[in-house]
Amino acid sequence: MDKLMADLKEQIIAQLNLQDIKPEDIGDDQPLFVGGLGLDSIDGLELIVLMQQQYKIKLSNAEDGPKVFRSVRTMAAYITAHHAQAV
Amino acid sequence: MNAPVYVAGVGVISAIGNNTAECLHALENGQAGIGEITYLNTIHRSAIPVAEVKLNNEELAAKAKLSTLLSRTALLSSVAATEALLNAAIPELSRWRTGFISANTAGGMDKSETFFPAFLSDRYKGKLRDIINHECGSVTELVADQLGIKNYITTISTACSSSANAIFFGARLIRHNMLDVVVAGGTDALAKFTLNGFNTLMILDHQYCKPFDENRKGLNLGEGAGYMVLISDRVAATLKANPYCRLSGYCNANDAYHQTASSPDGTGSMMAMQGALNKSGLLPSDIDYINLHGTGTQNNDQSEGTAIMNLFGPYYPKMSSTKSFTGHTLGACGGVEAVFSVLAIKHGIIYPTLRLDTPIKDFPFVAETIFQKNVAVNNVLTNSFGFGGNCTSLILSKK
Amino acid sequence: MYIRATGNISPQRTFGHPAFLNEALEYKGNRLHCAEPDYRQVIDVKYIRRMSRIIKMGVAAALECLQEAVLVNPGAIITGTAYGCLEDTGIFIKKLVENNEEMLTPTAFIQSTHNTIGAQIALILSCNHYNNTFVHKGFSFETALLDAMLLLKENEAENVLIGAADEITDYSHDILSRFGLYKANLSSNLDLYNDHSKGTIAGEGASFFVLSNQSSQTDYAVLDAMTTFYKPQDTATIKEYIKEFLKANETTPEEIDLVIDGRSGDEKGDRVYKELSADIFFSNATQISYKHLCGEYPTATSFALWAAANILKHKSIPSVFLNQSDTGKHTRKILIYNHYLQVHHSLYLLSAC
Repeated sequence: MDKLMADLKEQIIAQLNLQDIKPEDIGDDQPLFVGGLGLDSIDGLELIVLMQQQYKIKLSNAEDGPKVFRSVRTMAAYITAHHAQAV
Repeated sequence: MNAPVYVAGVGVISAIGNNTAECLHALENGQAGIGEITYLNTIHRSAIPVAEVKLNNEELAAKAKLSTLLSRTALLSSVAATEALLNAAIPELSRWRTGFISANTAGGMDKSETFFPAFLSDRYKGKLRDIINHECGSVTELVADQLGIKNYITTISTACSSSANAIFFGARLIRHNMLDVVVAGGTDALAKFTLNGFNTLMILDHQYCKPFDENRKGLNLGEGAGYMVLISDRVAATLKANPYCRLSGYCNANDAYHQTASSPDGTGSMMAMQGALNKSGLLPSDIDYINLHGTGTQNNDQSEGTAIMNLFGPYYPKMSSTKSFTGHTLGACGGVEAVFSVLAIKHGIIYPTLRLDTPIKDFPFVAETIFQKNVAVNNVLTNSFGFGGNCTSLILSKK
Repeated sequence: MYIRATGNISPQRTFGHPAFLNEALEYKGNRLHCAEPDYRQVIDVKYIRRMSRIIKMGVAAALECLQEAVLVNPGAIITGTAYGCLEDTGIFIKKLVENNEEMLTPTAFIQSTHNTIGAQIALILSCNHYNNTFVHKGFSFETALLDAMLLLKENEAENVLIGAADEITDYSHDILSRFGLYKANLSSNLDLYNDHSKGTIAGEGASFFVLSNQSSQTDYAVLDAMTTFYKPQDTATIKEYIKEFLKANETTPEEIDLVIDGRSGDEKGDRVYKELSADIFFSNATQISYKHLCGEYPTATSFALWAAANILKHKSIPSVFLNQSDTGKHTRKILIYNHYLQVHHSLYLLSAC
């Protein structure tokens, strides 16, 4: 899970073009959206694409986004759970 | 600069009809034009309903009397603009300074996207004729040249408010005595680029859209073109028939909240509507009908509805979303819906919002769900709100 | 109407209000490239991350202009762009083709809409005022400017931010090259007018202005008038348009001190400029061209307007303007005449404050 979270942080920075932010600047439990990193709805959509591209997981309902993407840890947990199912 | 600007002619083509009469017939009979994709070669074919004009490119080109090699956006524009000019029946048009103010968002993208696969594989490949009219402005000029309009030609592109902006820009050119006659409105054709673009935003309904319904899930993309012929009072004096109505009010304001989402309280929408009322000298209570932007997305309808609640409450005019019939025609919607608004005044009719089962709980008003005749429709407000916070409202008034 | 402030990103050193064109940047070949600043010094990082190059160019030029005008909330924001946001369009199409419509990213699509520059400026400023974008080829800047002038006449605004932006991308350059627009072998942009072959050089840029109906101590120039005309038949017709334009603005050809023309190096396209300059019509005026500095593109006249405004403000014509026939006259009145590919023609009249 730690490796996954580390990878996710790098991927998030790349996907969202978060210049001036390094992986170590993003806390495992730091809120990604409201407050926290301050991402918005467009970023949420980009993260949905990231999940598909990197982890082959499709989030069909945009409304699940806020829950799944609450933090890097919740993302990692979701991936771990669904990855297992997909396999 | 406050001289009256009249609407002398209208023309429209959409998923519900290839001309004004057909569209009116469909509106009266509750016949939506939404269905499965037939023309675009896309993986989304059976998944995403759209509102296509019911003519393929060959049929459309024949109707437009233009080449099939041209962009569908231009073909649609030609059909509607030609209908509007014929409808206006201005005697000796050549004696007047005439302009063509058109709008679109897609430009020639339906053709450009056939160019790209070959071009991407090899920079010397791809047919140049498919890319030569890529620009939004090229589409406008193809039609301006066909109509023989030279005095002023331009193109506006501000997402979904585009053709509404074109209409009132045209009106201002008349008021400044730069032009006497302006064909103003807009056009947009479906393309894979647009379809996929909106799909990534996850605001498309995979069923038929339900504007202003509590359980709405998104919009259906449409295509079409709508134009009106605006004239000065000097030109109006030469007409055999009375003009339809006046363009009495207009305003553009910016929400400045987010690139694609509208502010929850609809700041930009409210400013646009209030501004249009101020321009027309009317009060909210003078408005008989609002043609809503009403796309069917959670965000737009919430935002637009809130703005209406704050501006019109406690007495609400009748209102409806004709996008429940035509889908969201993007750059064309301002023009298409302005034409419907003109016809509402002319015929004393109110359009329904289709598939509205559960009105939005938060609002103390309900959009109309039944087609109505013999209604006194003197002032109509039509809204067009686009990405980039671009909000435009127009008011049309009986002469 | 007063040009209160400017902001310009171009293939020359024009951003940051450096000394006015005291040297010309030289380019080999047929493609110029904007001399761009470090955008992070100009635009808040939180906005930049989504912006492609042209949006950064437009926003940066606009912000520089507003800063000079000491204006935080302009009465309107109007932009002109012929090509729109090509890079984002290209990115989205490429992904669409390569991924066969799967796993596409929303950012490129959103950013590809033509009104993104104007919208981003409004967002950054929290400006709720009138906002419009014109996308009509060689008239894109002119219609935007006309809209601004009309708003000022209507007293709908006191100050309008108005500008244009167009970019070159690898895709667009390849495509336009295939249409035969550009010279095949040009050793230097500074030799543009000596090369009598077909074609021109590709340019790009973002130029913004604050136009005001109130004068101030720091205005660059007075914008007296601007007009456009479409597909004129021949040089005689163009001459008539110019005569009428001057007459309507109570000016005679003799009063014009400087003519800035849109010579692009293309043999055929430049003929009209040569015919007009040979005509006694402009024998009184110094004549200069500008496209060797910024290249040819549909909204290049925004660079010409910037140059004219600066010439009046600084009261001198920099020597980088080649093709000079210098009468040594003091410049008080400027006429700009430009055409884009012989289809879209425009005239501007400016006076010293």
